[in-house]
Amino acid sequence: MKFLISLHINPAAMDTLSDEEKAAIGAGHGTFIEALKKSGELIITQALVDPSQAAVVSVRNGQPVVTDGPFLESKEYLGGFYLIDCENKERAIELALQIPDTAIEGLGVEVRQVMFAEGQLEA
Amino acid sequence: MTASATEDLLREFTPQVLGALVRRHGQFEGCEDAVQEAVLAATVQWPAEGVPNNPRGWLVTVASRRLIDQMRSDHARRERESATATEVAPEDVPDTDDTLVLLFLCCHPTLTAASQTALTLRAVGGLTTAEIARAFLVPEATMAARISRAKQRIKAAGSSFSLPDGAEREERLRVVLHVLYLIFNEGYTASSGSELYRADLAHEAIRLARMVHAQLPEDGEVTGLLALMLLTHARREERTTAIGDLVPLDEQDRTKWDRGLIDEGIELVKASLAGPALGPYQLQAAIAATHADAATAEETNWPQVHALYLILERIAPNPMITLNRAIALAETEGPEAGLALLSALDSDERVAGHHRLLSVRAHLLEKTGDTAGAYEHYRRAAKSTASIAEQRYLEARAGRVRT
Repeated sequence: MKFLISLHINPAAMDTLSDEEKAAIGAGHGTFIEALKKSGELIITQALVDPSQAAVVSVRNGQPVVTDGPFLESKEYLGGFYLIDCENKERAIELALQIPDTAIEGLGVEVRQVMFAEGQLEA
Repeated sequence: MTASATEDLLREFTPQVLGALVRRHGQFEGCEDAVQEAVLAATVQWPAEGVPNNPRGWLVTVASRRLIDQMRSDHARRERESATATEVAPEDVPDTDDTLVLLFLCCHPTLTAASQTALTLRAVGGLTTAEIARAFLVPEATMAARISRAKQRIKAAGSSFSLPDGAEREERLRVVLHVLYLIFNEGYTASSGSELYRADLAHEAIRLARMVHAQLPEDGEVTGLLALMLLTHARREERTTAIGDLVPLDEQDRTKWDRGLIDEGIELVKASLAGPALGPYQLQAAIAATHADAATAEETNWPQVHALYLILERIAPNPMITLNRAIALAETEGPEAGLALLSALDSDERVAGHHRLLSVRAHLLEKTGDTAGAYEHYRRAAKSTASIAEQRYLEARAGRVRT
């Protein structure tokens, strides 16, 4: 079963963390990635640039409209994700609980099952 | 010989060659890699140069050379001196069929189901890592890591290359059957882009089940599982429309079911039911056979289906079985009786809120004429499922009861 673990970040909360705390989060992700690779459960993980760099695109009356992001008016933004393939939802949750973000106020970790997949994975 | 004929031949030989190698050299992990390499070499060479006179012997020889090269290089790395490794004579493979031993090893209880299925498909099914990865829609590196981790675990567990005895053997065989069942289901419930590859998994599961059945023809559950697969597979073409929409059992064109598979499945069910004890696969196969026996949905022997579910519920209690029994009960005693049985499941956390419970309730509410309730439950079921085809079907049903 495939699951997307999305990492939601509150930039204001991130700013309150010390350099040591930020480094610990980075190291925690590194350990997590290695473990997932070894167990054969990692499909891919990616982290995104700051939401201030996002472009919001739409088409109105057939004309493209591009404005500065982010689209969501929210305190939290999608910061990155893990796409995993594992046994079941319980295992996905067990894995997500190992992500360092889960222990930090202002960072959200969400687990959702994938419903449809197409692309490189079946090449 | 065509590439696909070569492939069939190689898949058939894979467990025999691997068994011969492990018997000679021990170390399942190394042998498994060596056999995979030999199979890949054959895939390239045989179609171009012709199949050797003794294809099994060829595979054993090539795989043994790979293994010894590997052992030598490991040895050299460790000791930095030339060592005398055992030379292998290109003798023929003994007649022992190691398929079962290999299956028991690949379905080792310390492995997760995902690892058991992957390793079984590679070591016994003769599929390449790339093919398995494609079938499960994961990158090849992910699947390679999973297989390699599985082999490390088997090594760590210190398994011997032999069939377990008595009660352990019985227990381990159930795991093997469950793994074959999972492989079959993975292929049968194809829900995304590459249906083609996933349908191959159903074929592969049937092929492996036939191999086990050939070894253990007296085992009722092995027979039952094979029958269940055949009877289910017989309906595959009619399960969905050309554009992938689901067709429920009562709306399928039964004249297009595969009669050959059904006849074979029914014969197997009959044979297995004559045995001393009944197991869950035999009962599920008997239920599938009852459906296959009915020329039209109206002619279904629902009292028999209900009775079989009742026995199944007794020997293997599970809310999903109760759910299915509710459908049969609704057919024999009316939708209210079915709904009453479902209400017992609401407090069962294994199934409460599950899309199957919601959709069965929706169906039964529709039958009682409660269209508002049916609409509500179809919508909730559509939101809860992880299958797009099922979601489309449930939304269509919701739309139908509302108008």
